[in-house]
Amino acid sequence: MSIRDRMSGNEAVSYAIRQVNPDVFPAFPITPSTEIPQMVSAYISNGEMDTEFIPVESEHSSMSATIGAAAAGARAMTATSSAGLALMWEELLLAASNRMPCVLALVNRTLSGPININCDHSDGMGARDTGWIQIYAENNQEAYDNYLQAFPIAEDERVHLPVMICQDGFITSHAVENIELLDDAVVRDFVGEYHPEEYLLNPGKPIAVGPYAVSNYGMEARKNQAIAMERSAEVILGVAKRFEKISGRSYGFFEEYRTGDADVVMVIMGSAAGTAKAACDMLRGRGRKAGVLKLRVFRPFPGREIAEALSHCRAVAILDRTESYNANGGPLGCEIMAAMYKKKLRVEATNYIYGLAGRDFTVEDAAAVFEEQFDCIENGKELEQYRYIGLR
Amino acid sequence: MEGTIEIRWHGRGGQGAKTAALLLADVAFKTGAYVQGFPEYGPERMGAPITAYNRLSDHLIRIHSNIYDPDLVMVLDETLLFAVDVTAGLKTEGTIVINTKQTADEVRGSLNGYEGKVLAFDACKISIDTLGKNFPNSPMLAAAVAVTGVMDRYRFLEEMKASYQHKFARKPEVIEGNMKALEISYDTIAKLMEQR
Repeated sequence: MSIRDRMSGNEAVSYAIRQVNPDVFPAFPITPSTEIPQMVSAYISNGEMDTEFIPVESEHSSMSATIGAAAAGARAMTATSSAGLALMWEELLLAASNRMPCVLALVNRTLSGPININCDHSDGMGARDTGWIQIYAENNQEAYDNYLQAFPIAEDERVHLPVMICQDGFITSHAVENIELLDDAVVRDFVGEYHPEEYLLNPGKPIAVGPYAVSNYGMEARKNQAIAMERSAEVILGVAKRFEKISGRSYGFFEEYRTGDADVVMVIMGSAAGTAKAACDMLRGRGRKAGVLKLRVFRPFPGREIAEALSHCRAVAILDRTESYNANGGPLGCEIMAAMYKKKLRVEATNYIYGLAGRDFTVEDAAAVFEEQFDCIENGKELEQYRYIGLR
Repeated sequence: MEGTIEIRWHGRGGQGAKTAALLLADVAFKTGAYVQGFPEYGPERMGAPITAYNRLSDHLIRIHSNIYDPDLVMVLDETLLFAVDVTAGLKTEGTIVINTKQTADEVRGSLNGYEGKVLAFDACKISIDTLGKNFPNSPMLAAAVAVTGVMDRYRFLEEMKASYQHKFARKPEVIEGNMKALEISYDTIAKLMEQR
């Protein structure tokens, strides 16, 4: 039985955390994710969950404590945004390379500077090569659903990697919307008890965590980690299948919206995907075959699957909510174009940068991108491959 | 409810425009509607102009952007009329509700030539009379419910009473004043709408 409710994205993730009731939650507050530790600590003081909450003095410490707890065999998590994630940089790599199945609720906010509290994906994208699985949400419902799937993915013996569950700062984290929640018992049964195969506080089977690896071993350790990331793909899909059975909501690496016969497909991630779908409907109303591919799983990167999904259209607009300062394109733009090349797919592709530092992205903005792409395929208009939307 | 209603709230930091938007989303949710209630965040400080938004709909709301062509604008503080273009994009067939001591005809002169419906009422006075304090957001919430018709008067008051009993469990003495503020405001707006 699902429970119909309305809540903000931060409330939804906090509700999910209460239901999962992890063992340890160290946290340090930062806008716009502050409400998550705040709401969870209220649940704890009200006796609604018995997680060990550790208030720490920085995000460097919150991730360190999360790793420590995970190494000891506990189910551990934390939450952060922006500069908080940046301060965790060293520990993010440790969590992944020590194969800690911990979870991070990331509420995406831009990185400085100029200092700004609003949404873009520069924090999450800055951590894209730290070895974490990354899953992005369009709305509160997906933030909730993705969080519930995080521990089963992380803890699977084929994976043993940390998972970052991302949602757009303020746009979903502070927006109240309708949501369908699951019963506590259903969630607990879905997530299950955590029984780590190996852990530090197990005198019967001593292990070392984080030892020095000489050159004879370091490369193999890294390859093993890469294999785990590759294997996580099938686990992510398996967990999604299981989740569909309890929720009726189906998830994959990405969602295809009206792409079947589309001439132009927009690839986009996060809350702006909903706005893009509204623009897509508007274009369809004008007789234009538009479609949207909303990427959900960014790490592992489903390049082959994306290229396959794009193989029937005539033009692709790839939208990045971050600037990579590489004079070449955004992370989605570069990786998707590389995936298209590997598939020998010769489809026009344009990489757009949008929504930086909270710049609003409207239905009209998305519709203008579609129209520009139709202008390319119908009238041969030439576009720079890397351009900005909504720049004043 | 049929279709989608888009609402923009203008207030000053600390007046409760965001809370009013979230409460309106709550009210509409209880009628089975699809809802969005969200603030626009800038520098956070008491007294700075802030904006909040609602989308209320009979179908799933996918759009995640601010609202530029609202059907209804709610102004919690009349000094904002000289600081913010409150009628920007407001539909001519839409409505603006302003907390002011002026009449609708008097205040219209400060609305950049807006030709649609203007409803003016003294939410501050209602708040001070009923609560002894200036909290214009409860009167403005009641006004928004009266204008949009998202919920009928009886059910709205019943729902809010239950919500206040929960919210003010530790200071029940403020419940009566808040309920009075809602009733007077709802009836004031309903009467203004009849007159037009």
